[in-house]
Amino acid sequence: MSFLDTFFNAAVMARYAPDILRGLLVTIRLAALVVVTGLGTGLALALLRSLGIRPLNWAIVFVVDAFRALPPLIIIVLIYFGLPGAGWAPSPFVSTWVSLALVLMAFAEEIFWAGLTAIPAGQWEAARSTGLGFGQTLAHVVLPQALRLTIPPLTNRTIAITKGTALGSVVALSEILGAASSAVSNSYNPSPLTLGTAAYLVLFIPVVAFGRWVETRFAWKR
Amino acid sequence: MIETFLNLDILRAAWPVLLHGLGITLLLSAMTIPLGLGAGLGLALLSTVRTRWVRWPLIAYVDLFRAFPPLVLLILLYAGLPFAGIEMGGFGCVAVGFFLNTGAYYGEVLRAGIESVPAGHSEAARATGLSRLQTLIWVVLPQAIRNVAPDLLSNTLEVVKLTSLASVVAIPELLFQSRQAQALTYNPTPLVAASVIYFVVLWPLVRLLSRLEHRAIAGRR
Amino acid sequence: MIQARAIHKHFGALHVLRGVDLAVAERELVFVIGPSGSGKSTLLRCLNRLEEPSSGSIVIDGIDLLDKRTDINRVRQRIGMVFQSFNLYPHMTALGNVTLAVRKVGGKSRAEADAIGLAALERVGLADRADHHPAQLSGGQQQRVAIARAVALEPRVMLFDEPTSALDPELVGGVLKVMRELRESGMTMVVVSHEMGFARSAADRVIFMADGAIVEQGTPEAVFGAPVEARTRAFIGQIQRHA
Repeated sequence: MSFLDTFFNAAVMARYAPDILRGLLVTIRLAALVVVTGLGTGLALALLRSLGIRPLNWAIVFVVDAFRALPPLIIIVLIYFGLPGAGWAPSPFVSTWVSLALVLMAFAEEIFWAGLTAIPAGQWEAARSTGLGFGQTLAHVVLPQALRLTIPPLTNRTIAITKGTALGSVVALSEILGAASSAVSNSYNPSPLTLGTAAYLVLFIPVVAFGRWVETRFAWKR
Repeated sequence: MIETFLNLDILRAAWPVLLHGLGITLLLSAMTIPLGLGAGLGLALLSTVRTRWVRWPLIAYVDLFRAFPPLVLLILLYAGLPFAGIEMGGFGCVAVGFFLNTGAYYGEVLRAGIESVPAGHSEAARATGLSRLQTLIWVVLPQAIRNVAPDLLSNTLEVVKLTSLASVVAIPELLFQSRQAQALTYNPTPLVAASVIYFVVLWPLVRLLSRLEHRAIAGRR
Repeated sequence: MIQARAIHKHFGALHVLRGVDLAVAERELVFVIGPSGSGKSTLLRCLNRLEEPSSGSIVIDGIDLLDKRTDINRVRQRIGMVFQSFNLYPHMTALGNVTLAVRKVGGKSRAEADAIGLAALERVGLADRADHHPAQLSGGQQQRVAIARAVALEPRVMLFDEPTSALDPELVGGVLKVMRELRESGMTMVVVSHEMGFARSAADRVIFMADGAIVEQGTPEAVFGAPVEARTRAFIGQIQRHA
């Protein structure tokens, strides 16, 4: 058998293309959910932290540190295989989603927080001296500046974590890699893996290119 | 609940295996980090060559592996290559896969570092008679590495976490061992223990990083 | 207009204000001088509660500033403040800077706020710069926008915290001119600054502070011309040598 027949077998590809496509849709849905919930909760935690309530801040820092230190794969495995012991058996999709969202939340909180604290005290003082309240100052003066500062590191981190959707295959989630792997074992031909690889590249190369563009567009003045 | 998630009997039984797993995890890290750093340094140095025949393939290479989920790369090497008659075994696949992946990331960080050093510094060094290589080693790289130290460290943390993927190709590192123990005992205690071990080992690094990054963002306003 | 009594302020072990009494009449311009660390900026920041005084009482325009029931955000609209470092919002235009509080605290519509904001910018001579961002303005222009930001809220009192210290010498004049016009329109002002020339021509009263207390006060002629206290004399001698 030639190399082409092995890795680019048209018949096998045609047979399993629908599976891979379904996997692609799962990956996209999962990635979108992770990004929205991860960034949302990360921002919420950073804002909560800006209230300056000591015990609460210690708790936030601990949670953030924990999810930065743990490999995402062990979080997925822990939730999927461990939580049933506590009476809740989340699906592969939910396990992967929750795990990656927690990881993105942790990294995003850290970045948002650094951005918030990078805004000089004078900005707060000027706004408060005109009668704006804490929330108004945060919303109209501090946050818009902080967000701009955080866009480049946040974009890169978000891309890196979103790629983790492939980890879902370890808990039998039929996203691209999962679908491709089972197709390989069913067909005893690696062409579905070729297809899966192509799907990942089609999905993520534009995202990485976007990340590069963002990095130059919002480059920090040194 | 404690019976389930922190079963002391199971923990005692699984402990030696978990420690052995931690050893393999650290070994994998100790292998991958220098390999990745070396590859990254090579890529970064190549990127100082201003010809587009070098530059564009380089950007393509780095972006390719930034777009490629490392697990997909690993599975491709582990489950795909044997069809082409190339059998590297789990360990070989991990070595090659992590080398390619972390090399690209380290390369990107070091390139940014080298570019952050003002051209005037190399010019000043060359004007004192230092060669290109000497300038690079004594003037540019020390500053470059200091400028991107937080990113380098952050990347290194990610590499240690990345080694957990080796469990998928049956390398007996920490996560693999804990899953085995969990499957044998039908009890999640080994998984919880492995998480705690990861946390204890990596927490100091995370703390340090959070300080460095904080300073970096504040300083870049 | 302002009655501040027995203001004390501690920063940890540091006793920054040691019982300052300050009364400012309506339409009066009080000029505060003193060496760095004398507490003059802290006093100013207490007057709109950017710093919380450790003890004492402050009544401005009949409102007890330190009363827990006082809505400090409403009161601050009546007390304009201008900072040494301008503190303009870099992500907003000049007009955006001026109108933010007019809309969000004053509750004006965008159209009303824009009209008020443009009028305020007109007063500082920068109506034609309304669409510029702070980074596109000179330091002097930025400070004038900052003054317009305070003026647009129609304050009863304006506080100036070293408004010209961060400016290149050639840009100081424009800012002082705006301040002089404000004074002529009858604004009550407290100014912390080293601009002696401005004090001589515009101030009703000069206060010299040192070590967290008022050492000496009087007309500009009295304080600058014939200071009584030794510390005042030393300080004025020093800055006149450098002026």
